[in-house]
Amino acid sequence: MAEIVLDKVTKSFPDGTVAVREFDLTIADGEFLILVGPSGCGKSTTLNMIAGLEEITTGELRIDGRRVNEKAPKDRDMAMVFQSYALYPNMSVRENIAFPLRLRKVAPDVVSSKVDEMARLLELSQVLDRKPANLSGGQRQRVAMGRAIVRDPKAFLMDEPLSNLDAKLRVQMRTLVSRLQRRLGTTTVYVTHDQTEAMTLGDRLVVMRGGVVQQIGPPQELYDSPANLFVAGFIGSPPMNFLYATPGADGLESPLGTLPLRFSQPVILGARPEHFADAAMIDEETRRRGIEFDATPDVVESMGSDKYAYFVVQGPRATSAELEELAADSGAADLPTDGTQLVARLPAASDARENQPIRLWFDVARAHAFDPQTGQVATADGR
Amino acid sequence: MKTLRWGLIDLLVVVYALVPVLWIVSLSLKTPATLTDGKFIPQEWTLEHYRAIFSTDMFLRALVNSIGIALIATAIAVVLGMLAAYAIARLSFPGKRVLVGLSLLIAMFPQISLISPLFDIERQLGLFDTWAGLIIPYVTFALPLAIYTLSAFFRQIPWELEKAAQMDGATQAQAFRRVIVPLAAPGVFTTAILVFIFAWNDFLFAISLTSTERSRTVPATLSFFTGASQFEDPTGAISAAAVVITIPVVLFVLFFQRRIVAGLTSGAVKG
Repeated sequence: MAEIVLDKVTKSFPDGTVAVREFDLTIADGEFLILVGPSGCGKSTTLNMIAGLEEITTGELRIDGRRVNEKAPKDRDMAMVFQSYALYPNMSVRENIAFPLRLRKVAPDVVSSKVDEMARLLELSQVLDRKPANLSGGQRQRVAMGRAIVRDPKAFLMDEPLSNLDAKLRVQMRTLVSRLQRRLGTTTVYVTHDQTEAMTLGDRLVVMRGGVVQQIGPPQELYDSPANLFVAGFIGSPPMNFLYATPGADGLESPLGTLPLRFSQPVILGARPEHFADAAMIDEETRRRGIEFDATPDVVESMGSDKYAYFVVQGPRATSAELEELAADSGAADLPTDGTQLVARLPAASDARENQPIRLWFDVARAHAFDPQTGQVATADGR
Repeated sequence: MKTLRWGLIDLLVVVYALVPVLWIVSLSLKTPATLTDGKFIPQEWTLEHYRAIFSTDMFLRALVNSIGIALIATAIAVVLGMLAAYAIARLSFPGKRVLVGLSLLIAMFPQISLISPLFDIERQLGLFDTWAGLIIPYVTFALPLAIYTLSAFFRQIPWELEKAAQMDGATQAQAFRRVIVPLAAPGVFTTAILVFIFAWNDFLFAISLTSTERSRTVPATLSFFTGASQFEDPTGAISAAAVVITIPVVLFVLFFQRRIVAGLTSGAVKG
C-alpha cells in the first residue's frame, strides 16, 4: 500500500533526447492508474523509473512521502509484471513464485503455504512442478502475476502484461486483473498501448505523447471532454472522426453541412461515431437538435449489436501533427483517401447498406472543436 | 536413399577423424618386434608398454601436473571470463571496444614469439618450473577465447530476466548468481571444455617453461621418452602414453556434454 508521487520527473539521455518531460502526478493509495499512449511515448520509461530500473535524470519520486530516486529496485518494494513475463526458465512454477520470498529469507513453511495459496487463487495448482517452457501463454501470464502478488508489495507495476495473449484470453485476463486489484487494493500502475484496456481497467488514465503528459483523468472524462486532438483521436474505438470546418455567415461550414456554432477561425471538428444516427429512426424533436445530411456508405460492417457505416465526404482534410502521429501509429498513414473518411455507429436495425444513399443525423451538441494549429480545444466565439 | 547418403558421409567423416587415433592405439598394443611391420591390426598383442609407462614415477608425476595445472587454469579462466563477458554483453563502459580489441589481439599473437621473454620473466620472478608458471600463461591465452564464447551466450539471455530478478528483490550479484549463471551454464561448460583442452594439449609453454618433474606436463614428458638405451625404440611407450592422456579429455567432454542442453532458455519469455 503506497502513495506514489512523481514530481517533475524527467528522463533525458546523454545525446539530448528527452524520453519523459516533467511528469507530475500523485498516484493515490490503492489507485489503479493507467499509462497509455502510442509506442515511444515514454510510458514504459516512466514505469521503469518508478520501478528503479531506469535512473531519473531530474525531478523527484516519492513513495509514501520518502524520496526514493537513489534506491535500488529491491529496496522500493514494488513488484513488476513484464510484457514477456520474464519467468525464470530454469525454475519450476513453484520456484518461480517462491523466488521473491526466498530472496527475503522467508521461512520455508510460510513460503510453501503462500505459494499454494497463490496457485489456488490463479488456478495453477496442477502445473506447480512444470517448467515455464511447458506452460501455455495464459498460464505463463498467471505465473508472472503470482510471482508479483505473492510477497504483498507496496505497488504493482505492469508493463503491457496482456499484449502477448490472444484476443479472447486477453479479455478474460483483463477481468482477472481488475478483480485481483480490487480485492488486494494495491496501488497499481499499468502501461498499455491498447485504449480498450485503458478504458476498462483504470480508475484514472494518463495519456502520453512524445514524453509529455497530454491529459490525466478518469476514462469517461477523457472520452467525453478530451483536452486536445491527440487524446480525442487516441481514446475511443472506432476513433473519433475529424473534419475541417470554416466559419461562415450562418455558422460553421463543414462537409456535413452548416453547424449552428460560432467560431472566428477555422477549426477541426471532432465527431464520435455514436453521435451519428439514422435520421429515419429518431423522432422529430431530437432531429431538430442536430443536422441532417445525405451519405452513401461504401462499407457497412455489421457487428451484430451495431452497424459501422463508413462513408467519404468531400472537402479539405483535417490535418495536424497530432492526427498524423496517430495515423502513423495505427499504420494508416499511407492509405490513399480522397476527401475525408468518416465512420458512423448506427443501430443494428438501421437500413444502412453498402452503396445505398442514406440520410444521417449528427448531434451538434456533442461535437468537439479543436484549434488546427495548437491541437487544443477551441472555444466558441474565438479565443 | 537420403538416409543412406547421409550415412555414407557420416561414416567418411568418422573414419577420417578416427584413423589416426586407432593407429596410435594399434601402435601402443604392438610388441616391440612388430612395431614397424606396417600392419594396421597388431599381429601380436601386448600391454607391456602401458605397464612400462606406469612403472616409472616420471609419467605418473606428469599426469598429476597436467591434471592439476589444466583444471586450475580452466577454473580461473572461466571465472574471470564470465565476469568480463557479462560486462561486455550487458554494460556500456568507457574503453569497452578497446578491451575487446585487445583481447582479440592476444588471441592472435603468435605464442612462439613470447617464449623467450616469458622464459626470462619467469626466471626473474621465480615462477620458472612451477605450476603457477604454466597456469598464468594458460589463463592469459585462454581468456580471449573464454570471453568471446561466454559473451555470445550471455547476449542470448533475455535482459528482462535480470530486471525481473531485481524487482523480485535480488541485488545485482544475486541476480547474476541465481538467474544469469544457471542460464549461462551451457556456455560456461562449453567454454570450460575448450579452455581445458587448450591447457591440456599445450606443448610449447610446457616444454619451454619447465625443467623438472616438478611441473612438467604430459605432452612435454612424452618428448623425454627415449627408451632405456639408445637402441630401444620408444614408439610403443609414447603411443601408450598418448592413448592414456586422451582419456581424461574424452571423460571431461562426456561428463560436461550432458549439461550442455540446448534450448535451456526456452520458455523464459514469450514463444
